[in-house]
Amino acid sequence: MELSKETLTKIDEVIPRYPEKRSAALMVIHLIQDELGSISDETCSWIADKLEIKPINVKELITFYPMLRETPWAKKHIRVCRTLPCALRGSYGTCKILEEKLGVKEGHVRDDGEFSIEFMECLADCGEGPVVMVGEDTYENIEGKNAEKFADLLVQEKLDNSKDFTSYENGLVSKSPVSKPTKKK
Amino acid sequence: MIKKNTPKERRIILKHADDPKYSNKIGCYLKNDGYSMLKKAFKMKPEEIGEEVMKSGVRGRGGAGFPAGMKWKFLDRKSGKPIYLICNADESEPGTFKDRQIMHKDPHQLIEGMMIAAYAIQAKQAFIYIRAEFFKGAHILEEAIAEAKEKNFCGDNILGSSYSCDLVVHRGAGAYICGEETGLIESLEGKRPNPRIKPPYFPAVLGLYQCPTIVNNVETLCNVKHVLEIGGEEFSKIGKPNNTGTRIWCVSGQVKKPGYYEFECGALTLGEMIYDVCGGLLPGRTLKAVIPGGSSSKILRADERFSGKLKDGTDFDWGIEDIPLDFDGPASVGSMSGSGGIIIMDDTVDMVEAMANINAFYAHESCGQCTPCREGSLWMKKITKRMCEGDARDEDADLLLSVANQIEGRTICAFGEAAAWPTQSFIAKFRNEFEEKAKNGNNKPSLQLI
Repeated sequence: MELSKETLTKIDEVIPRYPEKRSAALMVIHLIQDELGSISDETCSWIADKLEIKPINVKELITFYPMLRETPWAKKHIRVCRTLPCALRGSYGTCKILEEKLGVKEGHVRDDGEFSIEFMECLADCGEGPVVMVGEDTYENIEGKNAEKFADLLVQEKLDNSKDFTSYENGLVSKSPVSKPTKKK
Repeated sequence: MIKKNTPKERRIILKHADDPKYSNKIGCYLKNDGYSMLKKAFKMKPEEIGEEVMKSGVRGRGGAGFPAGMKWKFLDRKSGKPIYLICNADESEPGTFKDRQIMHKDPHQLIEGMMIAAYAIQAKQAFIYIRAEFFKGAHILEEAIAEAKEKNFCGDNILGSSYSCDLVVHRGAGAYICGEETGLIESLEGKRPNPRIKPPYFPAVLGLYQCPTIVNNVETLCNVKHVLEIGGEEFSKIGKPNNTGTRIWCVSGQVKKPGYYEFECGALTLGEMIYDVCGGLLPGRTLKAVIPGGSSSKILRADERFSGKLKDGTDFDWGIEDIPLDFDGPASVGSMSGSGGIIIMDDTVDMVEAMANINAFYAHESCGQCTPCREGSLWMKKITKRMCEGDARDEDADLLLSVANQIEGRTICAFGEAAAWPTQSFIAKFRNEFEEKAKNGNNKPSLQLI
């Protein structure tokens, strides 16, 4: 297992934040998974050594938490919210459109490793559903024709530059041609 | 529905959040009188702050609605062990998205509230447990904490005093159960988040590392700052007795303007929220049902009548639109205001499908520690899914109810209830739809929910 200097520095920085080393487990796993994409058995042992715990103590976290991975997702990982509030706004349709346009089934990685789609449980942005995440960015009101356009831009790698779909965290809501933005005074 | 006046929001927590000129940087926060309450707090005795919070009557905004001042009072101060403060920023109850707004748009308000609370309980260290899906939220908080540290609002010798308290952002990894406070504590200890049994593991006595620990929700901790600003006594006059302060209601589902709206507790009814604030239902639709406090809370049918006695002894006879939005209103009609997540469903919704959607959530999120919950939630999912796939049976409604009844009250944590209440209430309120499924086969509804 090879880790970049940057990740190693961050790991050494995060562990002493906690009164007990084991507490840093999730944060260390996140740092490594961000770089490697998944956590192998070898990595589990490395983390266990680092935190002075047993490899099984790390493995049991990887197998429990939905966002921790034994095999990596694709380069561009798409998360679609599945839970009731988003479903009421059409997220099942959104997921289907993305599956078709990106050419990969939900829960899978496309053969070329370019895209993967995951149906997630509530992403806590229910007022602007259906909610879709691309990597760490959140996009809102992705439904119907809007979802088709969104998927096209995603495939063409033009999503980031699009004025129609602006990531929530940049302080703006999506200017959706289908659903109206719902910001109010 | 014709209304004289649309009820007005009263924004205390979200006062600045949506101001386009407001930013989440410390400079902006300081310009708006930020951290002045922390300075005030440090001129008070820690127990005086607790007294103000007690007087304010502020109740927990995470779901259970337990008075925050009382929670702090339970803290075991005699053990001699270090005390910890944890902010529960897991925000995972479906239908809830208020803490997201606070953390992304006004992180310093949370940090100030937390440092006041930490000083009040004399915490040795404080943590923000944030759900991992909030990638940007965690970055924003880390940056804000670094800014606050630089100005000496947290970290060593805060504001030049002898009190030090470090604030650490800890990310979860996508598990709903980490919103349960003892599960959260296990997770923060680096373990699987299997909740602990109470008694004896009340966090205020045996919490993080078996030390006294206070776990409060994001919105609750922000309120601490405002309690100091307004004064406990005055704060208790906002809203209604036993329902003090404002609440951020999160409306989702089938209304024209879903979103988050902050109102004084009890300032408006559910009907005013749906028809006036949220612009009503989508064109041509009628109201079918409302889940008033996140997906765990019991569903209410649009044509129900609710009657009974309120806590103060007065009689009530309400339709769904008359239910006051506060803590006690939804509770008095047999549901709860929970985390403030109001999910609206109109006449296009197939209730068996909606149930199947919710059951899939709970089956996915059960930690698996207690057999009734692990197995029961999975069976409820399987049964409702089968019903939606054209294989419904006459006995399914009773079968579902029997599974739910065997989960409720038989688990270590309240997840068991959270998983059972939707099924129990859906069957109680919409039994006919569950029975119709068996009779008429699977009539494909317009909207796919499963």
